[in-house]
Amino acid sequence: MPLPRYLAELSQQIRDHARSFGLDFFEVIFEMLPYDAINMVAAYGGFPTRYPHWRFGMEYQELSRGYAYGLQKIYEMVINNDPCYAYLLEGNSLVDQKLVMAHVYAHCDFFKNNLFFAHTNRKMMDDMANHATRVRRLAARLGTEAVESFIDCCLSLENLIDLHAPHIRRRPEPAEAEADTDDDELPAEDEVPRLPVKRRYLDPFVNPAEFIERQKKKQQREKKDAARPAALRERDVLGFLLERAPLKRWQRDLLSIVREEAYYFAPQGQTKIMNEGWASFWHSTIMTHRMLNDAEVIDFADHHSSTMGVRPGRINPYKLGLELLRYIEDKWNRGRFGKEYEECADLEKKRRWDKHLNRGREKIFEVRRVHNDVTFIDEYLDQEFFEKQRLFAYDHNPQSGDWEISSRDFKVVKQKLLFSLTNFGQPVIEVVDDNHLNRGELLLVHRHQGLDLKLDWAQATMEALYRLWSRPVLVRTISAEKHTLLRYDGKDHTSETVGASDGLGHK
Amino acid sequence: MTQKIDADLARFRHIVRGKVRQNLRRFISQGEIFGKKGKDVVSIPLPQIQLPRFYYGHKQTGGVGQGEGEVGTVLQPGAVEGQGAGQAGSDPGEHVLEAELTIEELAQILGEELSLPRIEPRGKHRLEAEKSRYTGIHRSGPESLRHFKRTYKEALKRQIAAGLYDREHPVVVPIREDKRYRSWKTAWIPECNAAVIYIMDVSGSMGDEQKEIVRIESFWIDTWLQSQYQGLEVRYITHDAAAREVDRETFFHTRESGGTMISSAYTLCADMIASDYGGAEWNIYPFHFSDGDNWSNDDTRLCLDILKNRILPAANQFSYGQVESPYGSGQFIKDLREGLSGQEKLVLSEIRDREAIVQSIRDFLGKGR
Repeated sequence: MPLPRYLAELSQQIRDHARSFGLDFFEVIFEMLPYDAINMVAAYGGFPTRYPHWRFGMEYQELSRGYAYGLQKIYEMVINNDPCYAYLLEGNSLVDQKLVMAHVYAHCDFFKNNLFFAHTNRKMMDDMANHATRVRRLAARLGTEAVESFIDCCLSLENLIDLHAPHIRRRPEPAEAEADTDDDELPAEDEVPRLPVKRRYLDPFVNPAEFIERQKKKQQREKKDAARPAALRERDVLGFLLERAPLKRWQRDLLSIVREEAYYFAPQGQTKIMNEGWASFWHSTIMTHRMLNDAEVIDFADHHSSTMGVRPGRINPYKLGLELLRYIEDKWNRGRFGKEYEECADLEKKRRWDKHLNRGREKIFEVRRVHNDVTFIDEYLDQEFFEKQRLFAYDHNPQSGDWEISSRDFKVVKQKLLFSLTNFGQPVIEVVDDNHLNRGELLLVHRHQGLDLKLDWAQATMEALYRLWSRPVLVRTISAEKHTLLRYDGKDHTSETVGASDGLGHK
Repeated sequence: MTQKIDADLARFRHIVRGKVRQNLRRFISQGEIFGKKGKDVVSIPLPQIQLPRFYYGHKQTGGVGQGEGEVGTVLQPGAVEGQGAGQAGSDPGEHVLEAELTIEELAQILGEELSLPRIEPRGKHRLEAEKSRYTGIHRSGPESLRHFKRTYKEALKRQIAAGLYDREHPVVVPIREDKRYRSWKTAWIPECNAAVIYIMDVSGSMGDEQKEIVRIESFWIDTWLQSQYQGLEVRYITHDAAAREVDRETFFHTRESGGTMISSAYTLCADMIASDYGGAEWNIYPFHFSDGDNWSNDDTRLCLDILKNRILPAANQFSYGQVESPYGSGQFIKDLREGLSGQEKLVLSEIRDREAIVQSIRDFLGKGR
């Protein structure tokens, strides 16, 4: 349902204000939905249509229940797409709708300008609908059960993607590699390249016999290396399976859908703190500077503060992102950075430090362009900010069974926070051998970073992997400080302790 | 409003039912299904419905929080959830899914899994309640109930019959006589009531574990009988040397130290049937749970007598469940077996431990009486 006229007018006002602050976004199309429809859209990850799958139903039930019990309410959904679609909840108060619209314009600016979204599909609305059609068609042909259980397997592997892959070309595109091959220009097979000489008589001096001999040996060595296959190391496990697993066409189709969607959603996970912080920064700026009228101040403050509320056991991305952006803005406004500031020992002087740079705005626009959560926290979360925000690390105490604050040390807490953000705090797992022991078994390595895999989950996941690979699957990891090789052969799970370098699959 | 997601929701509920069915025996023996919310919904923890991932347990990783407190301060339970700033909604977390089922759904699953026959209510299909259903058609009525299709058909028939219908210009205008209206028909619905009378020995020899078994078993019996009858009344009698009627709460939680006179309970039960559930319209199900000890042989004889002459004739079925306990002699079931052999309505079951609950439920409810 399109917006009623009074909201449409407000949305244009807010859009103009947002532009005047320098925000730059795709066209935003607002729609108003009743709560059950917005719950559906939220269950679908923001989209009006997804392929049929039970987990959306599960998500929907949880959301509906949360709404019915008054525990949670979704105010808005926004989709990274061009044009950008955003959904407002019908029946919200006017001040809430204004706030949400300002929030949405900032999200949309972020989608458009942040580097990590640069390679996302901006026509995902259409593609999601196409995915839905493809899956429905397959389900009609092969049965819901078969299609759904295969999707379940793919989803179990959904987090095994290479987050940096969209930005790097790891292998040359096959077509391009061949394109500029021009036989005439290349030296003959065995000819040793010589350094160019202007006069022929200089040649024995510029290219002496021993030099030629060295070059010849080098050439032979390189040739031999090239003949040996490079050690396999693939983070994009889904992509690898798509290319190499013995799948039927419909299976390949489903796997590619799951993979494409995983890559589409990944940047949103990578920039949760920044994205929400940025949107909160702008809804509060636009509202307090331009859009609030006197009667709305209390309601706005109430709503804003509940969004910013912190609970001891978890980081609120809205709060952390907003505070850090404000902190950065202030620092760059007052010139509180650089060698001179860092080395200043006079605390009082430091406290009143102000160079009147006024470069804060410019700085945060730069931050929103080039950072993701990991680099954002790593770069800007410093001791001073850390102390102001009262951050701490907590851990599970196995003796008492409680969760306890385990540290207030800056370095420890920051490291823990970064760890939880890197690769979404999930284990890094790579394919290293697709023909392990020459038996066609698939070997993966868990790059252990101090934490063990949850074993029962890992084994269940290996069953999904087996279904795709259809040969035994092995995962090398460290469990209770021992190098361990997990294996699943389609019937039984085994687990054996191995040496530090065994089974790594180097040929 | 029907939505696209309804299909996904139905699919999800189907899977939940499947999982519950698969794990029913475990749920029964471990008594896990008691998260009973409100009146007719049960919620069941179903961790296995999550999709597995390669994942660190949250207990290993810990997390980062914000707020007051010193090192060592315990965070409130419930404050820690999911993994900080993970991808919203995609984090498997430690979150256990609670599936909700209605009692009817649960009873249906129980029935299918244990292949319990539907109960044929005793003889009399008394016409009890009358109910109006809008299934009839009348020639008069309020315009709001006008049946558009029927009215149109009548008008069409009339026009064709009168030769007024023009193929080229098919204009059909109903007149007053054509109009048809929806109207109600009164249907008579048979209504059957059932009464369940639980009797339990609460003497010293019945321990907590024995009572827990009784509690679990009675939950399933209630669930099944509730699905078979429109109205279900449940009464509770405890006994040691003397019997008294108690409420549900007391039934499962009292503990007496006195001796055991089963006849006192049987007398009370028989009186209860005679005074409250007389007449033929009641389906009566007494269940007696004990560890098999009785005070004396004389009392046992008295019990047999009450059962044969007063309870069995009135009841659909009398069920005796003997829960094994380290203190009980287990004699009573033998006495019943010998003294009342050939009594069709008497069902005996020995419950050794929790594992045996499933079989015992089948013993009691498998006769379809």
